[in-house]
Amino acid sequence: MQVQTHVDIHSEWGIVAARQAGRKLAREIGFGSVDQARITTAISELARNIYLYANKGQIQIEEATSAGKRGIKIIATDQGPGIKEIRRVMEDGFTTSGGLGAGLPGVKRLMDDFDIDSELKVGTTITAIKWLR
Amino acid sequence: MEDTQLSMYQLYKEMLTKYLDNKSEHALYHAQQFSKQMMEKDMSPEETVSLHMSVFQEIAEDLSEEVVDSFDILLEVMIGYGLAYREHQSLRDKQRQLDSELTVAARMQKSLLPSEKIALDSVDFGVISVPAGKMSGDYYHYAHDEHKNVGVAVADVIGKGIPAAMSMSMIKYAMDTLPEQRLQPGALLENLNRVVERNIDDDMFITMMYGFYDPRNYRFNYASAGHEPGFIYHEESDKFENLDGRGLVLGVSKNVTYRDYEVAMNVGDFVVLLSDGVTECRVDGEFIERDQIIQMIRDYKHMPAQKIVDRIFYDLERAQEFQLRDDFTLLILRRKV
Repeated sequence: MQVQTHVDIHSEWGIVAARQAGRKLAREIGFGSVDQARITTAISELARNIYLYANKGQIQIEEATSAGKRGIKIIATDQGPGIKEIRRVMEDGFTTSGGLGAGLPGVKRLMDDFDIDSELKVGTTITAIKWLR
Repeated sequence: MEDTQLSMYQLYKEMLTKYLDNKSEHALYHAQQFSKQMMEKDMSPEETVSLHMSVFQEIAEDLSEEVVDSFDILLEVMIGYGLAYREHQSLRDKQRQLDSELTVAARMQKSLLPSEKIALDSVDFGVISVPAGKMSGDYYHYAHDEHKNVGVAVADVIGKGIPAAMSMSMIKYAMDTLPEQRLQPGALLENLNRVVERNIDDDMFITMMYGFYDPRNYRFNYASAGHEPGFIYHEESDKFENLDGRGLVLGVSKNVTYRDYEVAMNVGDFVVLLSDGVTECRVDGEFIERDQIIQMIRDYKHMPAQKIVDRIFYDLERAQEFQLRDDFTLLILRRKV
């Protein structure tokens, strides 16, 4: 059975709800406590980005399977302004976090697979997967 | 990976057990050494916290639920530190890469400067040029033709670092295309000015002094584009004189003419060209005066030209605690016979 959760992000409550749903699914899939904390941190960062820069968007959390592997997939979608220079926001030390390690490069580090698709004035979709080892 | 995790677990367990048993400084020292091993194995702070917790749970039986749960908070907090740690590692790698690229660029830049010494019996020549950073905004030139005319120049790009260094290479290439003006200092600067004006940003400019020693009439002919005046030392009178010269800095205006100046050189006389990195050396917080530089040259004037410039550089570098604020270039040309 594919488990799938949608959480609307338009307040900090939404961020907490997304974390909760992510942690629950991560635990069910079998991630240890360190990875659970990493996955929820990644969800937090993605949800905060939506909340801060796009005002509104969704976090979708689901189980991922590929070639006998199991994992957790997070899809963050917003209809915000889009990202002008994706290459720059993926650079370490660039984001407004002021080089505190988080931001999109942080999310990429916390997860295994990472994809970003953004169009100006249309919105941004970020997909991140962590595989169970 | 599994193996290292297992052995780390064992090692950590031994260490923690020993410490709980005797609370010795020795065990703590061991932990400090162990942390280096963990970092070598790329263990993140959150993994360390988790390792501690699982070992602790095994050693200490009947841990209260509160103690166990409290680690959830610690783990969550450590994720952020872990990210900052990883970012630091990746930035450090990037910095290393930039550094090695700069080293290559600096080597390339050095290759633009003349490398062969002047081997003429008529003159004694010495030059030193040291950048404040890796790349230099100073340029120097020396060359002689078949009639033993010796041309020398010092140019200083206003600004430092890479942009200055890139402009400096332009001066070198432009000089190479103007061999017929080597004996007409004013005309040479006029041509260089045109190249510079066309090719660099409005907010950048270059100062330069070019001159040549003519062994037929024993005169030094020169022109200046807003450059720090050099000196000429007259041995007979034992006096230093400024090599004054008026002229606009390069790159400001399209059509500028530069006046030629000349000064007689007797046997033993020498000219000194310098960049403002020399006069802007700060000793005890104050710029050194041109008189102080003259005094230093005077102290060493019995030495060969190369020795003089080397010694002066060393003295000034030392007086500034081996930290240069600006690119430093000093050049001496002495008439020997």
